[in-house]
Amino acid sequence: MLRLQVIPYSEIANLTSESKITKVLKIAKSNKIILLEGRLSSTEEALLIERTMSNIDRRFKGIEICSIGDSESQDFIKKVKRGLAQLLLGIGASGLTIIGPASIIKEIKRDPDKIELLTKNIK
Amino acid sequence: MGFFDYLKSILKIFQIKKTVRLGLYGPVNAGKSSLANKISLDWLGEEMSEVSKIPHETREIKVKERVKIKSNGKELDFNLIDTPGIATKVDYEEFLKFKMSKTEAKKRAKEATQGVIEAIKWLENVDCVLVVLDATENPYDQVNVTIIGNLAARNIPVLIVANKVDLKSANIKRIESAFPQYNVVGISALKGTNIEDFYKELFKTVK
Repeated sequence: MLRLQVIPYSEIANLTSESKITKVLKIAKSNKIILLEGRLSSTEEALLIERTMSNIDRRFKGIEICSIGDSESQDFIKKVKRGLAQLLLGIGASGLTIIGPASIIKEIKRDPDKIELLTKNIK
Repeated sequence: MGFFDYLKSILKIFQIKKTVRLGLYGPVNAGKSSLANKISLDWLGEEMSEVSKIPHETREIKVKERVKIKSNGKELDFNLIDTPGIATKVDYEEFLKFKMSKTEAKKRAKEATQGVIEAIKWLENVDCVLVVLDATENPYDQVNVTIIGNLAARNIPVLIVANKVDLKSANIKRIESAFPQYNVVGISALKGTNIEDFYKELFKTVK
């Protein structure tokens, strides 16, 4: 059985990077796939990889991660426009991140605006 | 000669030549160590890293100091830093396919996870980075995005090296469209294809 957990942006918006990563990893280690509204910053992604590596053991083999949507590397004007739109429309964050345990997700293909998630045969 | 030219030439005499700490980053099995070997062989006459088809062959940072590279009449000193491939998962069972014993595979997996952590920590210690990508693979892999995003956040100059262009399925255009804000140079580190262009692009990136 495939279990998904949706995390709205509001649930992580006020967390520190360390807390965000701890939360995400805890869910991934419980064999759930996370659909996160918005994106982690690139430094948070690097931190997630570091923490994932520290957590690898006999049962936990790591994660698969994929993000689509606006990245932090976009230019200043675009960032301001997006920020204003979010403020006026009350939108949390643009983009979507999928994170899941490598024991369940075989591969996530991103091409550039669509995501294909391939799962393993779960016994 | 004007006063300022005179001053410049005096300063040049006393100028301490800066050594550029050049990091080679990228996903697993993209050819970072093959490129490090090619550069080291070209300018020092010796290789610096072991290469293998088994993933995670490089599991610790390897540094080759004072590599003097010349291109287009210019010369720069580099410290070459070959890093373990960045990955989000490591499964010792993958290594068993390469006829390793279970003990060896588990040891390799443990070392590989430490290597990834070390590679990320070393982002603090580089002045310029070659992001080495396998031109036959999908460039939109999140690991590539994460590496390049982290370098951008630190304002570290990046040259993307599309390796393995000698293979039929190589697609440089796809890498260029995935990372349009970066220069991409296609090479084959193993065969030495287009290596002169690579050195020119490297000097442009370092400035």
